[in-house]
Amino acid sequence: MKNVEKYHAIKVDKQKCMGCTHCMKACPTEAIRIRGGVAKINADRCVDCGNCLRACPVDAFYVEHDSLEQLNKYKYRVVLFPSVLIGQFPEIYSEGKIYEALLKLGFTHIFEVEQPIGLLINEIKQEVEKATHKPMISSFCPAIVRLIQSRYPSLVDNIVPVKAPHDLAACHAIELLSKEGVKREEIGTFYVSPCSAKMAAVKRPLGEEVSAVDGLIKMSDLYNHIMRVIDKSEKTDTAPLRKNLTLDGILWSLPRGEARHFKRNSMAVDGIHNVVKILERMENDEVPVLDFLELKSCHQGCAGGILLTGNRFLTVERLQKRSKRYPHASSIDISAVSCLGIKDKMKADAIEPRYVFALDTDRLKALEKMRKVDRILCQLPGIDCGSCGAPNCHALAEDMVQGKAKMTDCIFLQNRYLNETKITIEKATKNLEKAWGKNRFDADCNKKGGRNEGF
Amino acid sequence: MKLEFEIVSGDFSMAGKASSQIKKKLKQLQVDPKVIKRIVVAIYEAEVNVVAHSVGGKMVAEIDGNGINVEVKDAGPGIADITKAMQKGFSTASKAVRNMGFGAGMGLPNIKKNTDEFNIESEVGIGTTLTFRNNF
Repeated sequence: MKNVEKYHAIKVDKQKCMGCTHCMKACPTEAIRIRGGVAKINADRCVDCGNCLRACPVDAFYVEHDSLEQLNKYKYRVVLFPSVLIGQFPEIYSEGKIYEALLKLGFTHIFEVEQPIGLLINEIKQEVEKATHKPMISSFCPAIVRLIQSRYPSLVDNIVPVKAPHDLAACHAIELLSKEGVKREEIGTFYVSPCSAKMAAVKRPLGEEVSAVDGLIKMSDLYNHIMRVIDKSEKTDTAPLRKNLTLDGILWSLPRGEARHFKRNSMAVDGIHNVVKILERMENDEVPVLDFLELKSCHQGCAGGILLTGNRFLTVERLQKRSKRYPHASSIDISAVSCLGIKDKMKADAIEPRYVFALDTDRLKALEKMRKVDRILCQLPGIDCGSCGAPNCHALAEDMVQGKAKMTDCIFLQNRYLNETKITIEKATKNLEKAWGKNRFDADCNKKGGRNEGF
Repeated sequence: MKLEFEIVSGDFSMAGKASSQIKKKLKQLQVDPKVIKRIVVAIYEAEVNVVAHSVGGKMVAEIDGNGINVEVKDAGPGIADITKAMQKGFSTASKAVRNMGFGAGMGLPNIKKNTDEFNIESEVGIGTTLTFRNNF
């Protein structure tokens, strides 16, 4: 990958963030620290999984996205959306009504991204067949690909080097329009994202140089827009717009949606913390010989995406029912509708490891830091309370050896130092304010947080 | 950097603890993933050996700037014929151990295969000491 920018979709709203420890504790890569009373995300470590967003009690995390007003810039406006969008709506809203609503919102072309899935299935099967490293790991979920790059670098060669459906669909849509004589600059492609990871992947493609997507729309946003204009009755027949959609496409982003094509020689794991456990084992060769491993960061796959509005289980239910009305991918001749270019565009560039968890690039220095971490850990209480602004004692010790934290950041050590009159009360208070901000501990009945957040 | 682990006889659920802890450290030292894999496999096999065959023992791993030295010492029963034990497929594991998926007779040969230096000493009634080294 060339010129990797550290773009992340997830940002912190400093006004909203009240400085608690929910996100910090939920982050699977320990990327969050609390400084000055607000969450700070370490861009090197963040994999855009969105668990912080899910954990936040005050909605302080947001994802950067484009508004529908961007549509006005283009003559042809293509909406690219994953099938899970349909699953957000109650059954009374037929897919026809949803399609109609999208046209009403100003889109000229509607494209469910799972349409060229037949091509993707063939490509993945070929890659798996010729692979020397098995099991091959799906590259579908960008959060998982990033997780492997940084935390499991030994497994990067196991990632199937194919592109994501949304990029393929964008290429596909652009080529179809070009065939009709439309110029590229007249086309605006808008991807409706179910999660932060896919948003970041569009802005900072993994294994691709540039993304074919022009604009990013939050699925929850689009849901609101659709609900505003959707009709009770269906007026036009939008079925031809779905003529290439298949059962396999609709199921693709759900658990086992990819793995089912490899039958019993495959395994599917969802939920990033579950994925971590499997990857640990895979690194040790403790996973049975399989052809294909489907790993998805969210529980219930994309039906559990953080930008979705519906219940994940109801979404799966609706999509499974829906899929039964569609033919299998193998029965649709996608070559007739797809363009020549798409086949070459399928291949992604090599995905490189990123050693962000190493203590130092110099091994001797790293070893020295590791010894120091051990010595510091003797002093820390091991409560993992997070009061220092780091997720646990070990993380604090690592921050210390990297020069990002001090012994006195630990409130228990502080207490000891106070008893031993090694520091003053003023100094101790200042330390607390460093992590939690000024006046954070004043009595305040309107203070956010600390009230029934667990339930 | 020294890491010590007690290995309890018969506790298969804990086999793998030492190898994953050591793996974590080696990753923080940015050791080549291929080398890490060899080390992890060797240590895991050694752990299983102590759990499955001995009355219990101890593992000491010492990481320096250029590699890792591992010593695995158990308190018996000892190996009667080391040459035989080093052969692929030779195993004295009980049926119960085999039923758990261990005891295929690949342990010691696999450790040797995955290490750069390997030494085994054993005395019946006293115990077995395994030492190996992997260079980074």
